[in-house]
Amino acid sequence: MKVRFWGTRGSIPVALTAPEIRRKLVVALLGCVGRNLATPEAIERYIDEELGFDVRGTFGGHSSCVELDTGGAEHLIFDMGSGARPLGQSFLQRHGTGAPQTYHIFMSHVHWDHIMGFPFFAPVYIQGNRIVIHGCHAVLEQAFRRQQAAPSFPVDFSQLAATIEFDRLEPGKRHSIAGLTITPKLQRHEGDSYGYRVEAQGKCLVYTTDSEHKVGDVDERAAFIEFFRAADLVIFDAMYALADAISVKADWGHSSNIVGVELCQAARVRCLCMYHHEPAYDDQRIAQVLQETRRFEEITRDGHRLEVISAYDGLELEL
Amino acid sequence: MQLTASTRSAAVIVAPVGRIDHAGTEAFATALKPYLDRCRAGADALIIDMGGVDYISSVGLRALMVAAKQVETQAGRIALAALSPMVREVFEISRFDLLFTIYGSVDEALGDQGGRS
Repeated sequence: MKVRFWGTRGSIPVALTAPEIRRKLVVALLGCVGRNLATPEAIERYIDEELGFDVRGTFGGHSSCVELDTGGAEHLIFDMGSGARPLGQSFLQRHGTGAPQTYHIFMSHVHWDHIMGFPFFAPVYIQGNRIVIHGCHAVLEQAFRRQQAAPSFPVDFSQLAATIEFDRLEPGKRHSIAGLTITPKLQRHEGDSYGYRVEAQGKCLVYTTDSEHKVGDVDERAAFIEFFRAADLVIFDAMYALADAISVKADWGHSSNIVGVELCQAARVRCLCMYHHEPAYDDQRIAQVLQETRRFEEITRDGHRLEVISAYDGLELEL
Repeated sequence: MQLTASTRSAAVIVAPVGRIDHAGTEAFATALKPYLDRCRAGADALIIDMGGVDYISSVGLRALMVAAKQVETQAGRIALAALSPMVREVFEISRFDLLFTIYGSVDEALGDQGGRS
């Protein structure tokens, strides 16, 4: 199974700015001084081996959208943030427009940054496609229809050519969908959000974004440890520093890198993927948070090594 | 988790020993509470000697934040001192170092906070 990240930014999409690109160029060119970079191979090696990801790349700016590719005929997606636009283009390139496809979309919740990509998801405009939007919110269908109603968008939901269905899931229950066993879990977020534990082909993925963890709530902690138990990958909302998450940004509905590591350590998770990055952070800051979080995992390790990574738009993981 | 207390140079020094983690935080908060209640305007400063703490988790950090808030509402003075390198790193990574007055040693804390009551 492959996991592809199409949107990893929290709350609102962001874009690299000219000053940020200029900073990357200055760092990269300064590093060239005194090196023999006369061939394309030498330059590629320099970029790959000497420059940090925050200099040679970018974490990206699309809001939440993740694809799970099981190799099956039906497609699986988590959230419809602005990353859904390039994902839709990718599906068209992979499958063309002639062969009808089925898409299963699992919604964490219906806040704007998680639905805004849907009107730009090209498969919705292709007749014959079947799109099933799964979620636990009573307002699921209303939210999707409303964002395309005049005067907010020029194409009304009713004009979409694909067949679109809504499937209300029950939290806490194991559902069998497209070869997956998927269990939604209620999370703490304004208007509620739901995480998904996905089990298939002997692997386990947990998608848990827009989820605040109340430090000190023993029952809540135990429930999340069980939800994450022995997962191969946990995609976790690590938007804030802990000090912010439990003080000035308490009740804003998000969590921290520290809590992510603690829960995943206790649940014996294989890999923690930090996700839903703070939109105010530049690449340098996100890279710093990743480095610090890896150090935190190292100094608090209790016999179980937890791999820590940071999601970026374009990241592909093999489970 | 154990906690001892002493008074020096017009400051109350409390010294927890052990892990302030999910298992030990409640005992730490309970043991600390009487000293927090007395840490008011005009009273001696409260210095938490962290030298004996070899691990602190998120719930322990939160307990310290709650303690600092209580003292702030009482117009008292509270500071941390003598964090081990590992605990200091946890404070920095979690950004809790920005929420507290932290001294390298108890003597340094006494030099700054003691004798001002």
